[in-house]
Amino acid sequence: MATYIKGAALISPQKTFGERALPDEIMAYEQVNFLQCKEPSYREFIDPMVARRMSRIVKMGVCCALKCLQDNGMTSPDAIITGTGLGCLEDTGKFLGSIYTSEEKLLNPTPFIQSTHNTVAGAIALAIKCHSYNATYTHRGFSFESALEDAILHLDENPKSNILAGAFDELTPDSYTITKRLGLWKNHPVNNLQLVGDNTRGSLPGEGVAFFLLGGEKGKDDMALLRSLRTFYNPGNYADVEREIDQLLHDQGLATKDIDLVVAGFNGNPAGDRIYYHLMKNKLKDSAFACYKHLCGEYDTSSSFALWLAATVLKKQVVPAGIRLNDQTSLPVNRVLLYNHLRGRNHALYLLEQC
Amino acid sequence: MDQLIGKLKTEIIEVLNLTELTPDDIDENAPLFVEGLGLDSIDALELIVLLEKKYGLKLATADEGKKVLRSVRSMAEFITENKKG
Amino acid sequence: MPRKVFVTGYGIISAIGFNVGEVVDSLKKLKTGVSSLTLIDSVYRDEIPVAEIKATNRELYVMARPEQRGCYSRTALFGLIAARQAVDHAQLDMKSPWRTGLISGTTTGGMDNSEKFYKSYLHDNTKGRIREVAGHDCGDGTEKIADCLGIRDFLSTINTACSSSANSIMLGARLITQGKLDRAVAGGTDALTLFTLNGFNSLMILDRQQCRPFDENRNGLNLGEGSGFLVLESEEVVTREGKAVLGEIKGYGNTCDAYHQTASSPEGHGAYLAMKKALEVAQLDPENIDYINTHGTGTKNNDLSEGIALEKLFREKVPPCSSTKSFTGHTLGAAGAIEAVLSVIALQNGWIYPNLNFSRQMHELGFRPAEEFRTGVSVRNVMSNSFGFGGNNSSLILSKY
Repeated sequence: MATYIKGAALISPQKTFGERALPDEIMAYEQVNFLQCKEPSYREFIDPMVARRMSRIVKMGVCCALKCLQDNGMTSPDAIITGTGLGCLEDTGKFLGSIYTSEEKLLNPTPFIQSTHNTVAGAIALAIKCHSYNATYTHRGFSFESALEDAILHLDENPKSNILAGAFDELTPDSYTITKRLGLWKNHPVNNLQLVGDNTRGSLPGEGVAFFLLGGEKGKDDMALLRSLRTFYNPGNYADVEREIDQLLHDQGLATKDIDLVVAGFNGNPAGDRIYYHLMKNKLKDSAFACYKHLCGEYDTSSSFALWLAATVLKKQVVPAGIRLNDQTSLPVNRVLLYNHLRGRNHALYLLEQC
Repeated sequence: MDQLIGKLKTEIIEVLNLTELTPDDIDENAPLFVEGLGLDSIDALELIVLLEKKYGLKLATADEGKKVLRSVRSMAEFITENKKG
Repeated sequence: MPRKVFVTGYGIISAIGFNVGEVVDSLKKLKTGVSSLTLIDSVYRDEIPVAEIKATNRELYVMARPEQRGCYSRTALFGLIAARQAVDHAQLDMKSPWRTGLISGTTTGGMDNSEKFYKSYLHDNTKGRIREVAGHDCGDGTEKIADCLGIRDFLSTINTACSSSANSIMLGARLITQGKLDRAVAGGTDALTLFTLNGFNSLMILDRQQCRPFDENRNGLNLGEGSGFLVLESEEVVTREGKAVLGEIKGYGNTCDAYHQTASSPEGHGAYLAMKKALEVAQLDPENIDYINTHGTGTKNNDLSEGIALEKLFREKVPPCSSTKSFTGHTLGAAGAIEAVLSVIALQNGWIYPNLNFSRQMHELGFRPAEEFRTGVSVRNVMSNSFGFGGNNSSLILSKY
């Protein structure tokens, strides 16, 4: 019934690929409308004859997964499970555009094939010739959590298994323009380091890819223990959120005093951040608070960035100054509560412990 | 024919995104599929689209496709034999 | 002891019927849903046959009776119609304390609307009705269905191409088996779109005639649309509430072919492994399977690959099998669930469905699909296959209880 995070890899707008913790030097982006990933060298992981067909997000996905496996000496996981809110947008846009510009004639099939949400999970399996269970979840702010819940189910079914679970979401020029029209983002460029606490409406879009190797049995070098994952949908009010936190802690035989650090999904949009401030001032006022979306931006699967961050904090026992929001003592960090919601509908609570 | 072969090689590289290759790297007599360049079924579809888009030539069946797309030379020969005008 | 997972209700909407009764009627009358495309403005309108549901989105909206207002994609409307049928069939009381989840599978999501938006957007990125693209993502339809039906304990959406809704059912079953949910409404939905029509056409796998699954002269698939949902409940719920059990989710297998992005391996390795795994989970032997609802799209590649896998697993004793895609078309993400619904109906009635348009046995295979509608057959275990792009292979075993 335990879920150990054996290893992880992250591609993000920060220098995180191949790193075991957030670098001291946090990337500051000034006057930006969005955050984009720092891409690794694909050649190291993907044969050019294979990579030639892949869009940027598929390359990042495969690279990140292979890095995670490689760093942890895993050649054949028992399951490959991914989560993505919007899938492979670049190729979707490409193919859709070509339908109209070519009036449905003589269309190149490659972008269509590469546009399906399960392309990344399929490409990973192909790269390592893995016939195991393979699934892709795509449900907004639950996409990554669904992948994790499936992974946890696998570990319940067989604690000896090793599960590769991850998430990816990309930002393309079109997706930025369209989501901007939907009113999700700031109306003006921002400095990412000043995102949280910015009182203007909207957030800052971002993107990222993260993969985790999960196991049911404790190992020597585990990053952290995921004690509990709890998702809830469309809570009516703050009391509902607090009830979920209470239930999570109660089920684990813990209380709020046992939470050393809260990593929360503040995204700079005042309406959405209110609940986090409310918890910081009330129920969880004795815990240290940290935020992360100023580092990676807002996207459906940003909690995967947060999970990497929380796990690295637990492993290294260092809480970077660049993520701190209050002055509560944070060390030693035995337990982290990660709480994120996507536009008030999809909420997730993670309870992590040092191991 | 040589000019056409040269042109085809460039087009193939472009359409199949073979960014690591130059026209000189492609042997016009070598098989394109399975061995040689090791192209696959998706590449075959892309080449069929190329033939129709750039040369106005349609391949009627998959079997015809197999013959025509065997090598760059066989593609060039097909184009030369069937070119309109 | 792993908890048993029972089917207590189902719902379906497809080109052969707007509900279970109509679908069953079409099956009995050997009436295919494949016809011409009428509702999408495409240059292929008169060329490519599809299994289109003859109802506009407006008409579907009236049928769906959504409790929540909003801009519903065609996919969401199909899903709501089928899921509600299933919930009503199972007489699910949403106010009860049982933990209930909704898991849907889809490949197109809100694309039927967003592709309309994109047409205008492409010319001028300030144009296009923004609400048409707001529901583009796959989870939108699922949440709309959940909001209408009052399901909130667990929500998720799967996109593993053509095996999506088979995987939804598998996840629902596993969550119940592991005691994380008491009930799950699991299935999938997909609508015909310009995107998928052109996508499959660019792969040159759309038959210009009605598809002929497992036929020597088969020449591709016919796209279809629709939705299917099952209500799955734990043994405890069924016992406490005295529910009628329509079937049991006895086994399931999910494997990856890992051969190619779209083509299945010639020997159908992933398919073989998925079916084998389903038998292991069900603790059944190949000879216990009475009927196989094949993936059977009618493409050269799938039917050969699946056929070889079937022969590897069942050897000379391949059970009666057929592809109901000859009736419903290939409903992509909804296929697994639509075919699971048809499988439960087969279990309940002792039916073997025919494989329409079959005339010549494939020379590579030693078996042929069922050609006639058979009744009065002892059907205790049905295997239903769904194999998708990306090598996502899934197999379900539904059994009489």
